[in-house]
Amino acid sequence: MIVDFDRVELADVSRHFGRRRAVTRVSLAATRGDILGLLGPNGAGKSTLIGLLATLVAATSGSIRYGDRTAAAAGPDIRRGIGLLAHELHLYPELTARQNLDFFARLYGLDARAAVPAALESAGLADRADDDVSAFSRGMRQRLALERSLMHQPRLVLLDEPFTGLDDRAVTLVTDRLRRIAAAGAIVIVATHDLDLADGLVTRMAVVRDGRLIADEPSGAGLRNRYRTLVTGGGGAARA
Amino acid sequence: MVFLRTALLVLRKDVAIEVRSREILYTTLFFAVSCVLIFSFAFVREGAPPQEAAADVAAGILWIAVAFSGTLALGRTFERERYGETLKALLLAPAPRPAIYVGKLLGMVLLMTVAELVLVPMVALLFQAALFARPLLVSALLFAGTVGFAAVGTLFAAMLIRARTRDVMLPILLYPITIPVIIAGVRGTSALLTVPPDEAMATMWLGVLTSFDVVFVTLALWTFEPLMTE
Repeated sequence: MIVDFDRVELADVSRHFGRRRAVTRVSLAATRGDILGLLGPNGAGKSTLIGLLATLVAATSGSIRYGDRTAAAAGPDIRRGIGLLAHELHLYPELTARQNLDFFARLYGLDARAAVPAALESAGLADRADDDVSAFSRGMRQRLALERSLMHQPRLVLLDEPFTGLDDRAVTLVTDRLRRIAAAGAIVIVATHDLDLADGLVTRMAVVRDGRLIADEPSGAGLRNRYRTLVTGGGGAARA
Repeated sequence: MVFLRTALLVLRKDVAIEVRSREILYTTLFFAVSCVLIFSFAFVREGAPPQEAAADVAAGILWIAVAFSGTLALGRTFERERYGETLKALLLAPAPRPAIYVGKLLGMVLLMTVAELVLVPMVALLFQAALFARPLLVSALLFAGTVGFAAVGTLFAAMLIRARTRDVMLPILLYPITIPVIIAGVRGTSALLTVPPDEAMATMWLGVLTSFDVVFVTLALWTFEPLMTE
């Protein structure tokens, strides 16, 4: 069964690793069509929030709801609607691009014969489909990993630093792709500290610092200046 | 159905990686063969195994080689999932998470079985052990022991994937828990190597191994998901 959801909501969510408080009492929601930028300096708790939303990290307290369901109540069915591109790319370097996509397509119950060529084409790797992933550049791996995370057409797309290693042309392709995915009704959450790329892509920004949510507002113009004011009090570098 | 399909997909993926790299198979076999050879240098004199407790020596050496090479294979298998954090991608799949465990377990059992296919004739030859006299019982003991060892080892190796000291911690956690497997395996095999073979004793130890398998596979299926969620 596929659990569809229009909204994902964190309510008072905390996550502690021993004595370290990675995330403290964060409440946040995103709905269909949103491209939510999860912004903050290194170590702010962005990746932990992505892990929590991906159901890979359990909240110490608080709840995360996908529509009217929780991950605990509908684990596999919720996960079918989630696509994650993490900082580590979740690819097997010993396998070819085609074998990687084929494995994940089957894991998600897709028709691999149709899904894999389409994903390879979209990643611009059709001519390198039978090369080992270990022979790919970081940018090529990043594009392949993005397609791996999107090939099952997830309702919730979670991206942790998705532009790492991409050249200008690939960045443009990825941002256009994310806009189309959001326009088609997905919820896109992008964790990044690259404000240049976030500016103009995200429709809302949620700024975290030291595990706490310090702002949640429409992005609009002047994202960089507002971020600088929020995170550094106006005196620091905008690029964290 | 989804459970079985997912487990078999994970197994097929592990086999595909191993067929391409052959890294774990070769290192495991090399280690296992070296282990038996070193023991043969110590115990075999002028082509003859020790006269006293010959059955116990052969059975012990076989199971030591199985356990040590299995530990090596466990570490390497999960190191592969740690690189690129692919285990997280598996856990994110829309399938029951214990199916991932079963897939990894099947891969480990297959790998250890291949190692045993080399080890058994080698021990039989070097130590003149009658391991082929009761092939069904010997196979059943080895299979049940392999499943028990791999069931505990797969769970611990998966748990330790994020631990910095995983290479040290794995044997420290694994061997105390799998001592019943090693004891039952050695005693059962030894009973079959004595003259005359004690089939009743071997069958009793096979029962112990099977019970261990049932308990620990059930426990692992039950605990895998909570243990793997950070």
